[in-house]
Amino acid sequence: MFLKRKISKKIKEGAVEWLLLFSALSSIFITLGIVFILFYEALSFFKDVSLWEFLTGRQWTPLFAQPKFGILPLVTGTLLVTGIAVLVSLPIGLIVAVYLSEYAPFKVKEVAKPFLELLAAVPTVVYGYFALLFLTPILQKWIPHLSGFNALSPGIVMGIMIIPYVSSVSEDSMKAVPMHIREGSYAMGATKFQTAFKVIIPAAFSGIAAAFIIGISRAIGETMVVAIAAGMMPNLTLNPIEPVQTLTAYIVGVSLGDVPHGTTEYKTIFAAGMTLFLMTLFLNILGFWFRKRIREVY
Amino acid sequence: MSHAKTPNVVEMRKRIALNKTRDYIFWVIGLLSTLIGFVLLFTMIIDLFIDGFPRLSGQFLLSYPSRFPEKAGILSAWVGTTLVMIVTAATAVPLGIGAGIYLEEYRRKNWLTHLIEINMNNLAGVPSIIYGLLALGVFVYFLKFGESILTGGLTLGLLILPMVVIATRESIRAIPNSIREASYALGATKWQTIKDHILPYSSGGILTGMIIGLSRAIGETAPIITVGALTFIAFLPSSPITPEFPFLSFKWLLDPFTVMPIQMFNWISRPQKGFHVNAAAAGVILLFMTLLMNAFAIYMRYKFRKRIKW
Repeated sequence: MFLKRKISKKIKEGAVEWLLLFSALSSIFITLGIVFILFYEALSFFKDVSLWEFLTGRQWTPLFAQPKFGILPLVTGTLLVTGIAVLVSLPIGLIVAVYLSEYAPFKVKEVAKPFLELLAAVPTVVYGYFALLFLTPILQKWIPHLSGFNALSPGIVMGIMIIPYVSSVSEDSMKAVPMHIREGSYAMGATKFQTAFKVIIPAAFSGIAAAFIIGISRAIGETMVVAIAAGMMPNLTLNPIEPVQTLTAYIVGVSLGDVPHGTTEYKTIFAAGMTLFLMTLFLNILGFWFRKRIREVY
Repeated sequence: MSHAKTPNVVEMRKRIALNKTRDYIFWVIGLLSTLIGFVLLFTMIIDLFIDGFPRLSGQFLLSYPSRFPEKAGILSAWVGTTLVMIVTAATAVPLGIGAGIYLEEYRRKNWLTHLIEINMNNLAGVPSIIYGLLALGVFVYFLKFGESILTGGLTLGLLILPMVVIATRESIRAIPNSIREASYALGATKWQTIKDHILPYSSGGILTGMIIGLSRAIGETAPIITVGALTFIAFLPSSPITPEFPFLSFKWLLDPFTVMPIQMFNWISRPQKGFHVNAAAAGVILLFMTLLMNAFAIYMRYKFRKRIKW
């Protein structure tokens, strides 16, 4: 009887381990699923449209009677809004990180960090509302030719939205710089400001680079703010006061309508999705490489 | 000699004063930059509240969407959100906790677990709309779940899976090895140790991660639009409770649905001002829900951090 119990126990232990392994493997299945679906649909898209036209065409009008499938306007739209967001979030994120890591007293940190986290928790559709119906009218008073939908307003809002992503990873890597390096700098008579910018930031460079890349990748993949406030017009421009359409906003715009399965129109959202996925994948790998370097420094 | 030194000292003092001023200026800039986030958050809350206040009433919660902004409400949206969240939690929580336990307690150092780990980090960086495309291809057309609550819930479940895994792993890692060894010393098997010790002690951290994940899922709009949730739904899904035996029905899983953020998005996109008021009112409720969940999670984390001393 004792033996029986032992055997049944062993079976149970083994079964549990397999079950847990299966849950861990689910992440691999998700990735494989994403890659398979995107490539499968995109490949069948490229049977209808040549890759050359897709990459170099200057017009994106897949729903017109004479459709044009040049991805460039969507890519420039994405890069334009991302660029504005990055101009806002990287400097501010870095300053916040330096402040929280080097200057702020414990109590300020204790309050500020959860609040910054809340900023990342606000639904993006709310940010979109804010960009379209609050910030754009204000900006229109200063910039007379600003159209109702534009790249500037969602870019700024998105920039503030991703400050927490930039600041928290940067701050972690600054805190990881050993105390004696800081003390060495203070002993030479350097101020906190000098220490932060001449010693800590260079020492934490890999982590800060990773944080910047995470921020950029977030901005590229962000959808609702741009879908609401940037307009739905594919526009090959780098002028921030004009309406633009990003890759993500295009996917949303098409999905809102009724898309018959298997049509070229249906496949375009996967082609746009694959472009987006490859862009963020590249950034994620770059960020991963930087993060791996953090550990090698000390 | 001292005469020759004087200008040098004066210069140095000047330089020190300048450095100190710079230090002080940066301190102010740092504080202001940290405050930008709060200013935005508060402006947003106040703006939404002022815009949406006229529509915030019980009737707004109990009405279906309508062509007339004054009569429209969010009944089908919040019921949809609730049901989708049930499916999301049922997907992400068991899978996420299971994966977290495996990676912390069972993993062997081989290429497979290494791959799982890298992959998990990468998944957290995939834009949410890509999950929507995955779901459109797999759940809607391949598995033929259609544009249903089941599809929406599974999509968001996969989306927040990495968050649950990371939270589980972090709180399991905080448990010292002495606890495990004490349990093994008493003859407990690995699973008994996990079930009776590791899981109960890490439950606070896991719960925190779960709530943050769900609050993120409540606000997610893009992947749900991609799988084809409708924007105008004037009916409720079939009831999960039936009067006859077996009293439970799962028909609602395959019903069409809408969720809060989509309802809000739909109202924002209309040109009439009246619908913008509705959008703001829906936004207030949405924001209130997510902020409340996050505040609760932050409080829990704070409490557990204080209480547990190994």
